[in-house]
Amino acid sequence: MNRLSAESVTLAYDQRVIAEELSVEIPDNSFTVIVGPNACGKSTLLRALSRMLKPNRGRVLLDGQVIQSMPAKKVARTLGLLPQSSIAPDGITVADLVGRGRYPHQGILRQWSTEDERVVQESMAQTGVTELADRYVDELSGGQRQRVWIAMALAQQTPLLLLDEPTTYLDIQHQIDVLDLCAELHEEQGRTLVAVLHDLNHAARYATHLIALREGRIVAEGAPNDIVTAELVEEVFGLRCQVIDDPETGTPLVVPAARKARAATAAS
Amino acid sequence: MKSTRVVRSPGGLSVRLDVRAALVVVLLLLAALAASVVLIGTGDFPISAGDVLKTLAGNGNAGQEFIVNELRLPRVLVGLLVGASLGLGGALFQAVTRNPLSSPDVLGLGQGATAGALVMIVLFSGSATEVTVGALVGGLATGLAIYLLAWKQGVHGYRLVLVGIGVSAIVTAVNGYLLTVSDIVDATRAVVWMTGSLSGRDWEQVWPLLGLCAVLVPLVLVNARGLRMMEMGDDVSGALGVRVERVRALLMVAAVLLTATATAAAGPVSFVALTAPQLARRLTRSPGPNLLSSLCMGAALLVTADWASQRTFGADQLPVGVVTGVLGGVYLLWLLVTERRAGRI
Repeated sequence: MNRLSAESVTLAYDQRVIAEELSVEIPDNSFTVIVGPNACGKSTLLRALSRMLKPNRGRVLLDGQVIQSMPAKKVARTLGLLPQSSIAPDGITVADLVGRGRYPHQGILRQWSTEDERVVQESMAQTGVTELADRYVDELSGGQRQRVWIAMALAQQTPLLLLDEPTTYLDIQHQIDVLDLCAELHEEQGRTLVAVLHDLNHAARYATHLIALREGRIVAEGAPNDIVTAELVEEVFGLRCQVIDDPETGTPLVVPAARKARAATAAS
Repeated sequence: MKSTRVVRSPGGLSVRLDVRAALVVVLLLLAALAASVVLIGTGDFPISAGDVLKTLAGNGNAGQEFIVNELRLPRVLVGLLVGASLGLGGALFQAVTRNPLSSPDVLGLGQGATAGALVMIVLFSGSATEVTVGALVGGLATGLAIYLLAWKQGVHGYRLVLVGIGVSAIVTAVNGYLLTVSDIVDATRAVVWMTGSLSGRDWEQVWPLLGLCAVLVPLVLVNARGLRMMEMGDDVSGALGVRVERVRALLMVAAVLLTATATAAAGPVSFVALTAPQLARRLTRSPGPNLLSSLCMGAALLVTADWASQRTFGADQLPVGVVTGVLGGVYLLWLLVTERRAGRI
């Protein structure tokens, strides 16, 4: 029995149904990555898993309990979320923003314990933003800012951490930085990570468990080495390609077919 | 740069205090009280600050006691409470909608209250109490209408502001119509009411305001930590364990009640709800909704404006709303200009 799962959920915004009868298990201690074309429902699924979206039907279970029925702060001590869009308040410093991650551990008479202080320092050290502690968040570069937000989510100290496209808007070096950090959190601290990623090659390289989604259905799931094939990529993304071994890691590497080759097959 | 102090007890309790923000609150409170004492002493029978304090302590002569306790103290208290309610209400609206432009003036609550008051003045030639009740009902009804119209699986900042502006336009049109059909006596009374004035306020206006503040201020402050988290967006704060929709609904109701009651008591005093939170935030230089400092700023601003208007134009010549508009506006512009020079915005 895994800690986090969705049982035949129907997810919709107003009347627009994104997924029907979708069941997902997040393996404990995995680095699960959800991939799929735009609008396949991957972010929606993440929102449902993190109780930001209530399923119309079905249920999301956290530690065997329906997530919506659990006390909000208790969920927040178990499961963290880094959403796609977050707003840094005007004039907030890095240390203050990271400190806000301690909210679920605090109360009106327990506003800032020594434990809070320690965890914030630790989270900033892990994400390499300690030197930025007194800087204003608005002054930082995109890569630094993303690290700060991850530090905030870390300060929440949740065994499960969900990240919605954590590498969007970052250049290649910072994308790899963030993914390395995720891998570290997973390997060294044994946290269960769930991330939505756009880049299939990144997903194949870093994930221990891959979920390929198309039109709200799971097309395949499993270890990247077992499931990523040219057929799967064509089925999920509608793209002809070759899958070769990544010369660095041996994980699957997706190489799209050349434009002319694709045009030729389309014509024949 | 960091001015936060933490006080911890051996039992594991801890309180976090932003020293600068706390200092601002104390200074604003002192300023509001000092202005109140001076304001009580101002009028056709000037009384020195020392005598005012003596009389308030119960040691004045009979004449002073009548002037201070019966005539001027209730007016000043109404001013303090109205300013505090508007400052707090404005800070709540701005924080909940994450929009510095959203204030009761912009959202149409002031206009709604005005419509209620105008109906009583123009159509029923109502008494002062009836006008107050009309304004209260008008403000609350407008608040409810905006909330229901803006509701779509939760209330979001921008939609609320836009719906508020739409409702405000409609109600303003209704108010204009009511003014054109009124006779000259009612119209004069209506215009004075619409500018916002403290003249002739007595204990009857103090008690409901005081009671409401006594209930709502603690309730709001208890939820301030959640509101602070909501600055970062619904998803981030929701993920941190804030019950976003519940906190938002509760604080919106509190903000509508505060501003509607304040408006019913003194008319739609312009600009306090809009400027007080902005001014407070610039003084504390701290992120977060700055609720307490906005409250104190509102009170200080209104009492100072009332004093300035009496001082410059004589008692009851110029409604306080005119002065708050000028004073608050100029102060805010000055702050914005100096901040721009310092490169902070």
